[in-house]
Amino acid sequence: MKKYVRGTAIVGVLTLAVAACGSKPTDSDAGGGANKDFKACMVSDSGGFDDKSFNQTSYKGLQDAVKDKGLTEVKAESKSDNDYPTNMTAMVNAKCNVIVAVGFKLEDATEKAAAANTGIKFAIVDSAPAKPIDNLKPLLFNTAQSSFQAGYLAAAMSKSGKVGTFGGLKIPTVTIFMDGFAEGVRYFNEKKGKNVQVLGWDDAKQAGLFTGDFEDKAKGQNNAQNLITQGADVIFPVAGPSGLGGLQAAKASNGKVNAIWVDTDGCVSAAEYCSVLLSSVQKGMDVAVKDAVVSVVDNKFDNSQFTGTLENGGTSLAPFHEFDSKVPADVKSELDQIKADIISGKITVQSKVQPKAS
Amino acid sequence: MSTETEAAPVPAPPAKEPQRGAGLPSWAVQGLVSLSAIVLALLVGAILIIIGDDQVQKAVGYFGAAPMDTLSAALTAVGEAYKSLAVGALGGWTPISESLTQATPLICGGLAVSLAFRTGLFNIGAQGQLIAGAILASYVGFAWHLPPVLHLIVAIVAGLIGGALWGGVVGLLKARTGAHEVIVTIMLNYVAIYLLAWLLTTSTFQRPGRTDPISPIVDSNAQYPKFGDTRLHVGFLVALVAAVFVWWLLNRSTIGFELRAVGANADASRTAGMSVGRAYVIAMVVAGALAGLAGTQQVLGTDLPLTDGVAASVGFDAITVALLGRGTPLGTVLAGLLFGALNAGGLQMQLITQTPLTLTTVLQAVIVLFVAAPALVRSIFRFLPKERGVGAVLAKGWNG
Repeated sequence: MKKYVRGTAIVGVLTLAVAACGSKPTDSDAGGGANKDFKACMVSDSGGFDDKSFNQTSYKGLQDAVKDKGLTEVKAESKSDNDYPTNMTAMVNAKCNVIVAVGFKLEDATEKAAAANTGIKFAIVDSAPAKPIDNLKPLLFNTAQSSFQAGYLAAAMSKSGKVGTFGGLKIPTVTIFMDGFAEGVRYFNEKKGKNVQVLGWDDAKQAGLFTGDFEDKAKGQNNAQNLITQGADVIFPVAGPSGLGGLQAAKASNGKVNAIWVDTDGCVSAAEYCSVLLSSVQKGMDVAVKDAVVSVVDNKFDNSQFTGTLENGGTSLAPFHEFDSKVPADVKSELDQIKADIISGKITVQSKVQPKAS
Repeated sequence: MSTETEAAPVPAPPAKEPQRGAGLPSWAVQGLVSLSAIVLALLVGAILIIIGDDQVQKAVGYFGAAPMDTLSAALTAVGEAYKSLAVGALGGWTPISESLTQATPLICGGLAVSLAFRTGLFNIGAQGQLIAGAILASYVGFAWHLPPVLHLIVAIVAGLIGGALWGGVVGLLKARTGAHEVIVTIMLNYVAIYLLAWLLTTSTFQRPGRTDPISPIVDSNAQYPKFGDTRLHVGFLVALVAAVFVWWLLNRSTIGFELRAVGANADASRTAGMSVGRAYVIAMVVAGALAGLAGTQQVLGTDLPLTDGVAASVGFDAITVALLGRGTPLGTVLAGLLFGALNAGGLQMQLITQTPLTLTTVLQAVIVLFVAAPALVRSIFRFLPKERGVGAVLAKGWNG
């Protein structure tokens, strides 16, 4: 009995406490955007939307478009390859106006859905169908161009004369970064008469160092440590979350080893490592996805391939942040010159996995 | 908590204890426990949905001012989520076909694990066996060109052989050298995963014109015929036939009797003149073949080319399916259907209510947790009788 009394008293006090704070908001945030009936949809690959990498960046693009245009957002995460066709069909059934597929793994499912549902617009990141489809817009990124700059920067900043890179899987969307990086280092050597070596990737043989996945941080750390032991003092990990292990290894070196991040500005997405990041190679998936979605809203959709380049800002070298004062002014102007030369065609990036301009 | 004194120490000798509801047959008891576990899991899931829901969080902010808002928001969130889960799994022919499609490889994989369970082997290697089966089936499917029907049969047989070899190695090592099957199967999973990753970089397996790891899609002759324009394919019926076969093997054949005897007590079986090693090899060959069959259903059934993700997590989900199914063929089929329905419904649920897909994974995990801990379920649902037999073995584990 005593227990009951005490219990009731506690409940009573809590009720009073809760009642004291907060009042019901009035329904003012109803209404919202102008295009609530427009459904902008996205299907992730098996990495999920929280991968701190390309699903997440692409999703940000969808969110931006939804916010700007007042759309309704629908997203579907895939747990495995099994889920791609199912999720794609579900999006079609949900009467989406535009469906964005994130990653080449969804190519089969997206092409099939696009061919069968000509009334819906589609966009796919990192993949181009062999034959263009009227309602499918491929979003590709020539990150070899900005990686070329990154390679030059790495070589210019290296004291040991050795720089290193490793990838997640040996697939074109990864090796394109490594190709550009190696070419940038070679360009530096030609210009300056130096002999900076690239460890972890041989772009002529297309062979190098890979973690085998995009998830395991420990593998990334091992690979980076491996490169550091061989003398590299700038690391370029191209392995998504697994590459974060490479940043850990760089940070643990206490200033001897620095790194360059990929996909997004590392000083924003992985701020704890900003102190070792010379720069980042940005892949503007958010902008590309946003533009694609907005073009559908504005009835300006076309199926032409979008290729992110240095010229249109679809890929770029991020700010130097904490290294801004440490990167010499002449290196900065040389990087700008390289950008101008790549845009004008004076420098030709050789990588064979670059997206073909359409 | 009640003051009722309940003499129920878990390891007590079962015979002496007063049996609650002793009149019920053991399958009914197991069914009740499983059902209770599902109900409990849904309750746990409901709590998670409530915690994660935006509207509820907003309403909690002014709980004192309008407490009913929180309650109604919570009820709406749970109601909407579970409604879309149910509709996505069972609401019409298309959702049902999708559930059955998802269930198909889970049933075969679950049978592979169940059969080994019954022989006293913990087969963690369904994943590797499935991949081995998928590799061979897919190769035969896209590289050979045979007439209809024949092509499908040959591809299925190739898949069975792939799985049987991958599983058979484990049985052989266990029988000959005493290598523990848990370790061997786990390691062979890695071997299969990386073998697949390597094969997909070779010109034999990589789709022409593609640079990412993906194989060509198998010939239409080698695909399981589909029902209408759904994704459901004949592989589902094959899975049911496989379940009947496993039931026959275990309960009606001499070999099956040996398998079960070895599973119950290997030493006694040896003393009785049975070859324990032979039983291990047979069990693992058949289990591997069943997992290989699941592999054929992935590559020959669902339009999926061979990729590094072809096995998804089917081989591991199969273990939970087998646990939930209590190591019996019928139980495995039912558990596979439930998991298939949860998978299919989960995709729909995230689409409609934007409930994260991981919730279905949590539901599945919690169900298995409760099933594996019948004592826990019984302490919540006090009316449930105590169970005996296979279920109890599953709760305790093997070799222990």
